[in-house]
Amino acid sequence: MKILKNIVVYGILGIAAFLSLFPFYFMFVSGTNTNIQILSVPPKFTIGTELMNNLAILTQKVDLLTSIWNTLFVSTVYTVLALLLFSAAGYALAKFRFKGKNLIFTCIMGSMMIPSLVMYVPLFEMMIKINMTDSHWAVILPLLANAFGIFLMRQNMLNFPTALLEAGRIDGVGEISMFFRIVLPNIKPALGALVIYMFTSMWNNFMWPLIILGSEEKYTLPIALAMLDGNPTNKNYAVILLATAIATLPILIIFLVFQKQFVAGVMGGAVKE
Amino acid sequence: MNKRTIVTRKSAPYFFITPVCVVFAVFMVYPILRSLYLSFFELVSGSYEFVGFQNYIKLFRDEVFYKSLFNTVIFLVVQVPIMIGGALLLAVAIEQKFIRGRSFFRTTIFLPSVTALVAYALVFKVLLNSDHGLINYVIELFGGEAVDWFYKEWPARFAIIISITWRWLGYNMIILLAGIQAIPSDVLEAADIDGATFWNKLCHVIIPMVKPVIIFCTITSTIGTLQLFDEPYILTEGGPVNATITLGMYLYNNGFRYLKFGYAPAIGYVMTVIIALLSIVQFKLTKEEDA
Repeated sequence: MKILKNIVVYGILGIAAFLSLFPFYFMFVSGTNTNIQILSVPPKFTIGTELMNNLAILTQKVDLLTSIWNTLFVSTVYTVLALLLFSAAGYALAKFRFKGKNLIFTCIMGSMMIPSLVMYVPLFEMMIKINMTDSHWAVILPLLANAFGIFLMRQNMLNFPTALLEAGRIDGVGEISMFFRIVLPNIKPALGALVIYMFTSMWNNFMWPLIILGSEEKYTLPIALAMLDGNPTNKNYAVILLATAIATLPILIIFLVFQKQFVAGVMGGAVKE
Repeated sequence: MNKRTIVTRKSAPYFFITPVCVVFAVFMVYPILRSLYLSFFELVSGSYEFVGFQNYIKLFRDEVFYKSLFNTVIFLVVQVPIMIGGALLLAVAIEQKFIRGRSFFRTTIFLPSVTALVAYALVFKVLLNSDHGLINYVIELFGGEAVDWFYKEWPARFAIIISITWRWLGYNMIILLAGIQAIPSDVLEAADIDGATFWNKLCHVIIPMVKPVIIFCTITSTIGTLQLFDEPYILTEGGPVNATITLGMYLYNNGFRYLKFGYAPAIGYVMTVIIALLSIVQFKLTKEEDA
């Protein structure tokens, strides 16, 4: 009876793990096969020899290197700005008493309930007015109004020992340098979670860049992928999946290295050893 | 004057919070209000014309809007329970005492949720290909009949449901796992001593104790599903004949394909009201649990 239970539980987990991994495997392997091999019945899902060939076709079709650079730029700038803004805001909300604090916090949390789609028309209109459509800053700036990131920072700052701050004040450390020299270095795990969360959310973002970016040399990876797929002339799935694999690989590596921070980001920042 | 004397303990919080407040005022509060304002106008040959409640009236007579609402509701009531149920099952399975390689299972099952929505949607587009896709091949292998995934109404909906479930199941599993781990071990041990069976423990200890986490997952999944855009855009383009068009896609089409800068915000506001109502209902459920 017990053995049967073990087999069932392992079976469920094994199937789930297999189903989770297989699409990744298929994606990576397909980049090394031809379109015909992928679309034959049954499809070929062993490693083939067409990688270089597909890569050559891909580089002809889209400027993937530029898209990678664009995505890297947008994601990095976004993450750095978010880190500064959100940790400062979280610090203020968790460790100070001031007028309007509750109102600000309520507004920020309440904004989580509003679908971001509601804001896209006015934001688009705004970007036209200030002549900033088709720019990377237009992608970055509006998405800095992210309530979850601030919430994440506030939750982690709540646990920061107030005694440490008091000791700093007695020693005559200024409020600004206290934040940079005492607070930030001591919440590195939480900052790690925020970095991962912000970076991947921007790396994977689709709808807003799709709206605001118009020219190919500005495209981020998801847009470049969608355009590659949307082009109806001689659709080559080997090439599309190769591009998908290239776009996914960096995030997979980051995930495998920083697993703990990923999970902490998902769980609202409860970073524990 | 030295900077230290400007930023005192009293002024410091304002110094730290102001940048975020400015960002929120410009990129959140203003667009929300402007959107409401615009929903009473329509863009006619380059300039706004006041139309009163016309956009909303039109919306309530718009068949495509109802279709997108219907599809979104289908995704919601079919996909969210399957996903949360599956996530709970896997979380409970991973937490079984005898399981080895726990972190392997946790990592692999979570892995799909780090991929870009566009990227995984493209992979599923190939896997679900009607004539040549691997999924149909497997179905036929087991004696089933190949499914025309993208050109028939319900199969197209299920193609999207399958894809979203793959992407988000592990994500919810991780959250539920944290909830299960937070159950004090003596509670479970007490149940063991009382001779509780696995199902007893699941129904009378685990589920009631992680109910707030389940509700949290349900709320976030609901909000996510109501805004669904990337997957139908890539997988089905809303087709066939709007069978998979979502509220998010319909808003996008109106705003950025047909440039209806008044109608699109009106759709957005109806969406907001729906999200608010659903959230209130779900919060009420949590509250009752506390009382």
